[in-house]
Amino acid sequence: MQNKSLDFWVGLFVLLGAAALLFLALRVGNMSSISTGDTYVVTAKFDNIGGLKPRAPVKSAGVVVGRIGAITFDDKTFQASVSMDMDSHYKFPKDSSAKILTSGLLGEQYVGLEPGGDVNLLASGDKIKMTQSAIVLENLISQFLFSKAADGKEGSK
Amino acid sequence: MINQWVSHLGRAVRVWLSELGLASRTLFAMLISGLGLWRRPRLITTQIHFIGNYSLVIILVSGLFVGFVLAYQGYYTLNRYGSESALGLLVALSLARELGPVITALLFAGRAGTSLTAEIGLMKAGEQLAAMEMMAVNPLQRVLAPRFIAGLIAMPILATLFTAMGILGGYLVGVQLIGVDEGSFWSQMQGGVDLYEDIGNGVIKSVVFGFAATFIAIYQGYQAQPTPEGVSRATTRTVVLSSLMVLWLDFVLTALMFQ
Repeated sequence: MQNKSLDFWVGLFVLLGAAALLFLALRVGNMSSISTGDTYVVTAKFDNIGGLKPRAPVKSAGVVVGRIGAITFDDKTFQASVSMDMDSHYKFPKDSSAKILTSGLLGEQYVGLEPGGDVNLLASGDKIKMTQSAIVLENLISQFLFSKAADGKEGSK
Repeated sequence: MINQWVSHLGRAVRVWLSELGLASRTLFAMLISGLGLWRRPRLITTQIHFIGNYSLVIILVSGLFVGFVLAYQGYYTLNRYGSESALGLLVALSLARELGPVITALLFAGRAGTSLTAEIGLMKAGEQLAAMEMMAVNPLQRVLAPRFIAGLIAMPILATLFTAMGILGGYLVGVQLIGVDEGSFWSQMQGGVDLYEDIGNGVIKSVVFGFAATFIAIYQGYQAQPTPEGVSRATTRTVVLSSLMVLWLDFVLTALMFQ
């Protein structure tokens, strides 16, 4: 086969492969939700992060407004320190609160942000003061059993 | 009696080890000689044409049909639990993580692997490799390395094409034929398929499979007995060894990547 037409077919083959990869990345994967825009970093401390993982979504009113960056352990306060990359389009008041919620019953965990009423807005590097940890099933069960036992004792008095 | 068995076992292990050593040495010599190929990229592109372009038809059509079947079977099972809207997610994850790389590698070993083995084996039988060495042309660099690099480049491309065609096939059967909701088909897929964890790992797998399948094919051809029977036996061994190697590597890689 002539070298010129061979080059053309090989080039077409590689182009087809690149197009397939692009299709997979954009239409099939979740690349569109990986923010390519500007972000600002906000940290929050939690007593228990449960099953929260890096790159989990940060949602407010159900809409994704950021992604979890890094999760580290602070051995001075013995709390988990979670850093969140927030989309620059969305600004939140300084007294917003962060909760760790679960999507669905058994789904992945995400951080839910509830706006406060402060006039000042969160800037890069700020900390979210009010946080609520993830719900740990075992603690819930032991709480329930303990309260049941307490009720039973009072009932038999 | 036992003495004989033990010495047979010892000899078998020794022979197997020395064959493994020879294969590794050939691999390293080929890779090092391949570094000098940047001066002649035409050799590589010719091989990409033979290995990649000529495999397109089987890969694309197989991908389409595997997508069809996945959609049917997936719908049948998901329907029992009321989760048909997750069909897109099922098809995409199965293809991107596992079926895309593995089936492409098996088809590749069967189609491109056998043709590589036969070509090199016949070159050896026709004493072309020996003639090259006489002319101070390194056969590893001139014949083996371009085919190896071409296989390494073509495999991920073919695997990605297979996955894309499979998802298209799943869409055609799931949404158009069966009637799954189009919006939830794509949105659940986009929500659940991670670019790096699923698609990226699939591409890494296909590169590793390409490495293994192409090298096995080339090496079997290089070591074939220079007779028609020898070439035919080498071709068979290529397919069997490549397929087993691909499936074994798939197990190892899956265990490593998806914990």
